[in-house]
Amino acid sequence: MQSIHLTIVLAPLAAAIVAGLFGKKIGRAGAHWVTILAVGLSFLLSLVVLKHLYWDGGTTQNYSVYTWAVSDGLRMEIGFLIDRLSALMMVVVTFVSLMVHVYTIGYMHDDPGYQRFFSYISLFTFAMLMLVMSNNFLQLFFGWEAVGLVSYLLIGFWYTRETAIFANLKAFLVNRVGDFGFILGIAGVVYFADSLDYAEVFAQADNIAAQTIRVAGFDPWNAMTLICILLFIGAMGKSAQAPLHVWLPDSMEGPTPISALIHAATMVTAGIFMVARMSPLFELSETALAVVLVIGALTAFFMGLLGIVQNDIKRVVAYSTLSQLGYMTVALGVSAYGAAIFHLMTHAFFKALLFLAAGSVIIAMHHEQDIRKMGGLKKYMPITYWTALIGSLALIGFPGSSGFFSKDALIEAVKYSHWQGQGAVYWIAYLSVLLGVFVTALYSFRMFFLVFHGKGRMDEKTRSHLHETPAVVTVPLILLAIPSATIGWLTIGPVLFGGFFAESLYVSEAHDVLARLGETFHGSAGFILHAAQGPAIWLAAAGVLVAWFLYLKRPDIPEALAAKLKPLYTLLDRKYYFDDLWIDGFAAGGRRAGSFLWQKGDQFLIDGLMVNGTAHSVGRLAGVLRHLQTGYLYHYAFAMIIALTLFLGWLLWL
Amino acid sequence: MLSTIGLPHYLTISAILFTLSVAGIFINRRNLILLLMCIELMLLAVNFNFVAFSRYLGDETGQVFVFFILTVAAAEAAIGLAILVVLFRNRRSINVAELDSMKG
Amino acid sequence: MFHAILFYAFAAVLIGAALGVIFSKNPVHAVMFLVLAFFQSAVLWLLAEAEFLAIVLVLVYVGAVMVLFLFVVMMLDINVEQVRESFTRYLWLGLVIAGLMIIELVNLVWVKSQDVLGQTGFAATPEGYSNTKALGSVLYTEHVYAFEIAAVILLLAIVAAITLTMRRRPGLKQQNIAKQVSVDPKDRVRVVKMDAERAE
Repeated sequence: MQSIHLTIVLAPLAAAIVAGLFGKKIGRAGAHWVTILAVGLSFLLSLVVLKHLYWDGGTTQNYSVYTWAVSDGLRMEIGFLIDRLSALMMVVVTFVSLMVHVYTIGYMHDDPGYQRFFSYISLFTFAMLMLVMSNNFLQLFFGWEAVGLVSYLLIGFWYTRETAIFANLKAFLVNRVGDFGFILGIAGVVYFADSLDYAEVFAQADNIAAQTIRVAGFDPWNAMTLICILLFIGAMGKSAQAPLHVWLPDSMEGPTPISALIHAATMVTAGIFMVARMSPLFELSETALAVVLVIGALTAFFMGLLGIVQNDIKRVVAYSTLSQLGYMTVALGVSAYGAAIFHLMTHAFFKALLFLAAGSVIIAMHHEQDIRKMGGLKKYMPITYWTALIGSLALIGFPGSSGFFSKDALIEAVKYSHWQGQGAVYWIAYLSVLLGVFVTALYSFRMFFLVFHGKGRMDEKTRSHLHETPAVVTVPLILLAIPSATIGWLTIGPVLFGGFFAESLYVSEAHDVLARLGETFHGSAGFILHAAQGPAIWLAAAGVLVAWFLYLKRPDIPEALAAKLKPLYTLLDRKYYFDDLWIDGFAAGGRRAGSFLWQKGDQFLIDGLMVNGTAHSVGRLAGVLRHLQTGYLYHYAFAMIIALTLFLGWLLWL
Repeated sequence: MLSTIGLPHYLTISAILFTLSVAGIFINRRNLILLLMCIELMLLAVNFNFVAFSRYLGDETGQVFVFFILTVAAAEAAIGLAILVVLFRNRRSINVAELDSMKG
Repeated sequence: MFHAILFYAFAAVLIGAALGVIFSKNPVHAVMFLVLAFFQSAVLWLLAEAEFLAIVLVLVYVGAVMVLFLFVVMMLDINVEQVRESFTRYLWLGLVIAGLMIIELVNLVWVKSQDVLGQTGFAATPEGYSNTKALGSVLYTEHVYAFEIAAVILLLAIVAAITLTMRRRPGLKQQNIAKQVSVDPKDRVRVVKMDAERAE
């Protein structure tokens, strides 16, 4: 089994190296073949691993491969923890990655950086696999930073574009904020548990929770709360939770396959995966869970609202990603880790599908991304239309689709969550997720109707060239559409209520909402019937209807509304001024502080007063003392004699 | 006490000589030759002490020391005067007040 | 008693000579006073039965060093008036320092030392004692290395004094011995072959 694990991880790395360093030699076809074969191999082997763990009754494997360093008893290792959680993640990551690889052949067809692109996405696959397969915090951090690096490289893939450079720098810097918290959290873990290994740390969880730590002179914090909140700050950066979400919409400057692979399906879910992986820690701190819940709920609702006013097709999908990530975070907050991972999985499929469909539209529109200039594409691009419809239905939670099962389970979990007693937290979360359903349906179908229905608003030249995209684009769409439609139906039973994650996730008795939900669960069909009694499904339907009415039936109303509710519209259009806050507030403030410290602190105080000041004061003192050196012989003689006299007197009388 | 000449008397003579040479250095501060002479006088005062203590303690080592001091002083006088001659040759003066090229 | 009278008399002259050294206006006079001071010191050392050193002092100092001083004073053309100007400017400081120092020293010798020293007089020397012989016997045994070093120092002083004062005047016609010795005949003599001339 070990060699299989190693092959899964190393095959994409080797392919990335080959495609990256020898891209010129092996040519374009060579680059995509080597990477696709490597990722395909990883995908097949991941399936083998999952099959071994689930159907063959294999046990969780936790072992270290290589000891990198031992410092004061702290072992820094590379190791794998292969349980059902990581196996599921591996399958999702390699499958989406494989689809994106295939799709890229079409999308990047005439890009000069073809080989470089394949090298990057293969490298990303490697990094993501390292992250999910890790059995210790150090390797987790390595994978965490490596996916961040590749994300940086890929957002700025078209490095001659001003906006791309700005966007990748922004993504990188915002992620640094999160990583700062993350690494502090890891430091806290090492401080309290004296180990980086998951198993050893989890074994000491109760011990950590019993300790307190004083932070910056405030009242003592529970150590576990502090560690969990710090780790969650890292997750906020990577999984783009408010207020660290600002990088994700801008990251759409990268090529569309990247948006699908990294910024929708896999990398951004790393934070969700990490929190789920740390469930034995988070379970012990209700405060941290409350923070997770509120942040997630606010992100889910408010980021969804932003999707309504966006006109760039990829940005609409990006805001829906933010909103869906908020949903997953909410699930984490109510201790329904299984639901979060389940939604992560279904979301990976349908969001990758949506992005690739958007990419397909963009190809057909000759890289025009403004949905106001589209419309009526249904008749030109049937495959893209139907797959996008499946993706959108999954996104809004149409009964039977994969998104429906995961999202509905999640909302139910919130409803039955253990936060009921704590009024505000519960109601914020519950109302946010419910209203989020309506908003999701509204912006999804606003985009869908504007793109595929109604009148074509593109110019004649574009219209004359419109046709369905080639097979390398449509085949991945179809392959992704299948799990988007069905995987929820097939897997909800075992994954959520069948104890699939029993060994991987820890949920304390009192928090176990999924178990409570499970009592009423009687098969997938029964779940649909049950959901029909809840508000979520009707809210989604209402959203679709409103979108249909506003954007197909009466397109004049949205403009009137925008004019009437000017302040609200401006607020949404400016994305709640978060960009202004970060760029003009923190970034500019940081630069001003840096400039101040540089001029006053460094140049004036340190260089001026301390370094040169020492030299100057020695110089000035020497300038005064210099006059003692008259150069006259008798002055020196006088000095000696007078000193001698005084010394003699001191000896005699003192 | 005053009639029996002993150690204190010699030491007193030595002290007086030393003090006078110190005063001489202050008074003749311009003339390098006189400064050298004052230094010779100072050395003489020191030698007085050695001789007196040697006699008092009945140990000849003190006198041997004086012998060496005389030797070194002779060498010193020779070199000092040679320097003085060179100085005078170069600057046509031995006025100490003009020798201030070491002024800081 | 007689001994004491001699001591005081010579001591008085010594101090007078020392005063002469420091106050005389003419450097030649100062040298002469210094010679007198050395003579008086030699006598006082004789009184302390340090005969060898007394003679050495006269021979070495008066005979050699002071003559050297006199020589230099006379050789150099010193403007006495210029040198003696501002004679009294530091006199007060000199007197204060000197007064302070003499008070300290006398206090040391006559007051402080009384606790340490019991018998202050010189003990009588044994019968047949020779100061010169005694000095010689330690100088060439115990202190022979120092003696050798002193000889080297004197040699050094000779070399240094000569080197310092020696100067080459430009345009002085001198032999270069080394050049003369190392000369090669080929550089000097050119053998020219000529045909014999025939008388017409």
